[in-house]
Parts: sequence; structure tokens; C-alpha cells
Amino acid sequence: MKSFNQARNRAHPLWLAYILHRVSGLALAVFLPLHFWVLAMAMTNPDKLNGFLSLTDSVLVKIAEFVLVFLLAVHMFGGLRLMAMEWLPWSSSQKTLAAASAAVSFLIAVLFFLQAL
Amino acid sequence: MPTDVIQVEIQRGTEKDSHVESFEVPAYENQTVLDLVSWVQQNTDPTLSYRFACRVGMCGSCGMMVNGVPRWTCRTHISKVLVNNTVLISPLRNLPIIKDLVVDMDPFFDKWVAAEGVHHGELTRHDPIASIDETSQARKEANAGIECINCSVCYSACDTVKGNDDYLGPAALQRAWTLLNDAKDEGREVILDAVSGRGGCHNCHSMGSCTSYCPNELDPMSAIAGLKRETTKRFFKRSH
Repeated sequence: MKSFNQARNRAHPLWLAYILHRVSGLALAVFLPLHFWVLAMAMTNPDKLNGFLSLTDSVLVKIAEFVLVFLLAVHMFGGLRLMAMEWLPWSSSQKTLAAASAAVSFLIAVLFFLQAL
Repeated sequence: MPTDVIQVEIQRGTEKDSHVESFEVPAYENQTVLDLVSWVQQNTDPTLSYRFACRVGMCGSCGMMVNGVPRWTCRTHISKVLVNNTVLISPLRNLPIIKDLVVDMDPFFDKWVAAEGVHHGELTRHDPIASIDETSQARKEANAGIECINCSVCYSACDTVKGNDDYLGPAALQRAWTLLNDAKDEGREVILDAVSGRGGCHNCHSMGSCTSYCPNELDPMSAIAGLKRETTKRFFKRSH
């Protein structure tokens, strides 16, 4: 009964934005110590690092890298969204316009970047 | 005579011992969720406990969870919430259940007072009445939250309330924001003290359920954001 009540209660965009921000943050918090540990191998154990880096050729790791970049992007934009929402006393239409212009600029910048590659 | 029936599932019992009972209620063309509950109480089971008063969306006493979403039941048309001709009605979340659909509203109102949601006047009857500039930004902020009917729908919708017993909740904080912006209220410092404490506005994670479910379409989340800005400004002003 209780779980039924709670699941329905949360099905709206603002709550989903909150949980995406929270989960991406936790996932990054788990990833970053591992990341630094692997980077530290460059100093402590270069042979082991090379062995480890060869793993990055596998498809699974490439997908994981994509997820990682996605999490970073989601978390960054989630944070910007939260700061704009809480610290700028804008009306909701102003916020929508600001978010839309940021999204369009980001899209143009990514397209430009991909073309340059 | 109506030909169809609606399956109504109602949570019965107390906090520790609750269960769901099913009822068949005749369907009418214009029927609210409160009408269904009243039909059950008047025709099937007179021991069903629930609360209502005005039936026109002004008193804020008929809040219930309808299919897991907090709503004012007197203004919720059943056709908008039926799923497979069935509706589940349970007591408001985040408040102690007294019996069936009746919750104890004391924690909700106690927090209203704890957030300094009371009038702070310093004038006497011999002073002139403070003038209100309807076009000022502060008055617009105050007006935005003034139609709150204390129904506790936002309080029930909020997951921060669920996870933190001390949290004052959206309605009380929105009231504090309204008074902070009211030219007739003199309680600026006590309000900011009250809302920057342990259970105050900075606990809010901006999940937005309060704003999504407020039956009067108010925006407590933005009111709380206003309190966050004002308390932070005061903190930095004090520290240098």
C-alpha cells in the first residue's frame, strides 16, 4: 500500500530532474575514487596501468565511458538548473526561455565540435 | 438511475493496523471523490471515518491520497482519476492516521506556528494603517501565496517531510515567505531565524511535488527558494 502511494506521487518532471541529479551525483562519487586510483598507477605501477588501459578497447568499457560522460553532463546541467531555479528570482517563463537558449547553444556547440573532429 | 458502478478501494483502520476494503458505488455523471466516500459512509458502512466541511475547495479539510496522489477530494472529479474503473483512496501521507481517512493535522499546524506563520504587529489601533503598494515586487510575492487553504496536500506530497521529522514543510515555509513580504508584518528577523534553523528552508531539495500538486496552483517551491535567498543574504551581511 505504502509503496503504491509513493510511486505515483513522484511521477512529475521536477521530481525526475531531482532524482536524475541525485543518482548521477552518487554514481560519480563512486566512480571518482576508482578513477584517481587508476591514474595513480601511472606513478606507482605503470605496467599494471598499461594492462588496465588495454581494457578500454572493449565495447563494454566504451559504453561505460559514454554513460560516464552522460552522467557528468547530466550532473553539471542539473546543478546549473538548481542554482538558476533557487538563486535567480525569475518567473517560470523566463526560466523556460533561459533553459531553452542554453540547450540550443549547447546543441550548436556540440555540432560545431563534432564537425571539427 | 445509474447503470454503472465504480470500484472504490478505501484504506481502513489505524496507523498500526490498516487494510483495504472494496466497495461498489453507483456512478453518476457529475461525481467527486468526496461524493464516493460520502456514498459509502451513508449507504454501506456508517463506521467509515473521513473529514470534510465546505465541499467547494475553501476549507482545506478533505485532503486524501487518491491513487497515490494527494488531492482535495471535493474538487477532484472521479472521471479524471479512475484507472480501470477503480480508485484507491487512502489517508494523507506524512501525518499520523487517527482512523480510516482521518489524519492528525497537529504536526502540520504546529510547524505553521514554528515557522512564525503568525502575524507580527507592532502598531496600535491609534497608528495609521500601513499602506500597501499593490505594484511592488514584495506585494506580488506576498499575493502569490496568500490563497493557501491549509489542506496539507503539499505536506503530504513532500519526500523531504517524509525523511526529516524536523522539516517545517512547504505550506509553513510558504506562509513565512508571504509574511516576510507583507508590508503589514513586522516579524522579518524572527521569521528569518525560524526558517534558517534545523528544520528550515535549506532542507528543501526542490523536488517540486508541493508545486506540482497544490490544488490552488500555488508555488511553495519558489517561495522556499525566496527564503533560501533571503536567509543567505542575511548570513553574508552579518558575517562582515
